[in-house]
Amino acid sequence: MLEIRNLHVSADGKKVLFGIDLRVKKGEIHAVMGPNGSGKTSLSFAIMGHPKYKIEDGEIVFESKVINELKADERAKLGIFLAFQNPYEIPGVPLGKFLWSIAGSERKFAEFTKELKDKMKKLKIPDEFTKRELNKGFSGGEKKRTEILQSLILNPKLYILDEIDSGLDVDSLKVVSESIMDSMNAEKAIIIITHYPRILNYIKPNFVHVLFQGKIIMSGDFSLAKEIEDKGYEKILSGRIEVKRTEIEAKDVL
Amino acid sequence: MTETKKELNKGNKETAENLNFDYSRYDFKMPELYEFKTKKGLSEEVIKQISYMKEEPQWMTEFRLKSYEIFRKKDIPKWGPDLSEIKFDEYHYYIKPTDKKGHSWDEVPQYIKDAFERLGIPEAERKFLAGVGAMYESEVVYHKIREDLEKMGVIFVDTDTAVKKYPDLVKKYFGKVVPPTDNKFAALNSAVWSGGSFIYVPPGVKVDRPLQAYFRINAQNVGQFERTLIIADEGAEVTYVEGCSAPVYSSDSLHSAVVEIVALPYSKVQYITIQNWSKNVFNLVTKRAVAYKGATVIWIDGNIGSKVTMKYPGVYLLEPESRAEIISVAYAGRGQIQDAGAKVIHAAPYTSSVITSKSVSKFGGLTTYRGLVKVVEGAKKSSVSVTCDALILDEYSRSNTLPHMEILEDDVTISHEASVGRISEEIIFYLMTRGLKEPEALALIVRGFMDPFVKTLPMEYAVEMNRLIELEMEGAVG
Repeated sequence: MLEIRNLHVSADGKKVLFGIDLRVKKGEIHAVMGPNGSGKTSLSFAIMGHPKYKIEDGEIVFESKVINELKADERAKLGIFLAFQNPYEIPGVPLGKFLWSIAGSERKFAEFTKELKDKMKKLKIPDEFTKRELNKGFSGGEKKRTEILQSLILNPKLYILDEIDSGLDVDSLKVVSESIMDSMNAEKAIIIITHYPRILNYIKPNFVHVLFQGKIIMSGDFSLAKEIEDKGYEKILSGRIEVKRTEIEAKDVL
Repeated sequence: MTETKKELNKGNKETAENLNFDYSRYDFKMPELYEFKTKKGLSEEVIKQISYMKEEPQWMTEFRLKSYEIFRKKDIPKWGPDLSEIKFDEYHYYIKPTDKKGHSWDEVPQYIKDAFERLGIPEAERKFLAGVGAMYESEVVYHKIREDLEKMGVIFVDTDTAVKKYPDLVKKYFGKVVPPTDNKFAALNSAVWSGGSFIYVPPGVKVDRPLQAYFRINAQNVGQFERTLIIADEGAEVTYVEGCSAPVYSSDSLHSAVVEIVALPYSKVQYITIQNWSKNVFNLVTKRAVAYKGATVIWIDGNIGSKVTMKYPGVYLLEPESRAEIISVAYAGRGQIQDAGAKVIHAAPYTSSVITSKSVSKFGGLTTYRGLVKVVEGAKKSSVSVTCDALILDEYSRSNTLPHMEILEDDVTISHEASVGRISEEIIFYLMTRGLKEPEALALIVRGFMDPFVKTLPMEYAVEMNRLIELEMEGAVG
């Protein structure tokens, strides 16, 4: 579904990604982990087409189509959804109206309202939220649920979830994860970006990648997430740095 | 500046060339067929001619001539936008398009009727208005009020007719709320005024639907100087709506109106303006109301068009428990200056005012909120609330907030809030990830920003307002 080849990206003249390779197939869940500042959000913005994130080299291919030049809305229309780590407030725009405006013209209003009611119930978002201004005065958890609500309305093929677990209590985490897993099927895929492994108990990845200094330096299965949980990034990464140093020493000797 | 921003702005400039969003609906020209037109420029002779053509009583001729003297002596205001481009000698101050004043659209000359049909006025009248006045160049060509309201004693005529038919009422209030000495443009209007609406609502009568006037300038190099006077008697209620437009010409036009409102005890007057003058019109308007005991005056003022607008709707709260609400909205695009605001004088205890200003600027447009609130000594327990929000859509545009408060009484509640927002690339990106195109995202944000204003409009105008915002935003990105 998604194939990223040798992706180099810069933002504001500074290089942030250094040759990312990532293949996500239908039905798969990939976790991208890494400490703060490792480039996780940069990766999600680059996939989604943030105008600030310039592709210097490499390709992003979605369903056999190179999407490097597409604008964010065009990528969204192809079926990519990015749930923001920090969603923005849009004053004066009620959530319900907003959802209707992004729902697409082919949907009938009556069906839409029914669907919306269902999904809000599932996400435990109170009915009156449809009248509240988008994200304005929402708590961290409410914002995240609203992001997921939007994704459920858009029904994308690829979910990119950027730290949706930050600011969520355990109950909210469960509700949000269950809603996502309910809509997951063999035709879809998820990239979940997270700092903490906790959410991966609910959205269980087939693959785990560790991003560090703009590169994927390790990939593995679910056990890698477990390892990170047990040892922490520092230990895992320090091992990696030591390896580097050994290589250099070996070179010197030769 | 990032590459994308550069690209965006390049696109902006190109689309800016085409940016006369209102052309399809508002920019049409009708043939210039006139009964009578004064020669260009202003003189005592021209003023006498206008008065003669209108067959006015002596007192009005004298009022005009005295005002002309004041106009000559007064300087052009220098504290605001540059008005030096106004060439007073280049305008026709009076153009009489037709001899007839219709009470049904069939009596209106076909080409004028066509103009108003294109603006949707007769349709609006049929659908949701209690009365309509239509002014073309210097004269009101159509005036009609619903019969039942007429029977209740509601008067809704053009001001010229009122001078003849209701001289006592007119004499009592005309030029009292806004005297010719107020400012140069009030003096100009007092000298050459023509048309406008006169409304009187008898005690206790509540006019259930809005009365509307539509002002249209068609000819080139013309000034429009309508004069509106609204008197709401005790406990009366009325909503008045005015719309304005003109086609685009290369030379400038001048619109300088005076509006006076008298809100007698416990009455309520709501005055709504949506000004969409073409971007070659100087729009310099003096609007003021006096409110007596327990009366409420609400000015809702939307400024979308014009080259330069200077307009500060005012309310003088003369007696206890009177209330003022001023909601002013401005949009300034390329080459536009919107200098708008409010003026409230609290001259009695227990009075309250709420001022809300919202402005949007882009393509180098300049919006300024200019406000004056004065609370006199002894106006105890009065409350003042001022909120100014500005939204700036690109790095070329500007916004000023110039609130001036003169509070001479200690026992009052004052609040003032101001904010300036810029739409960041990040917010646009956020909305685009939900599948919205860039102009759609921008329109959504601006609509949300304007929402508190749009909510105050009657439904039909709210729809129109949202449509105007969308059209503006379509031109905003490449």
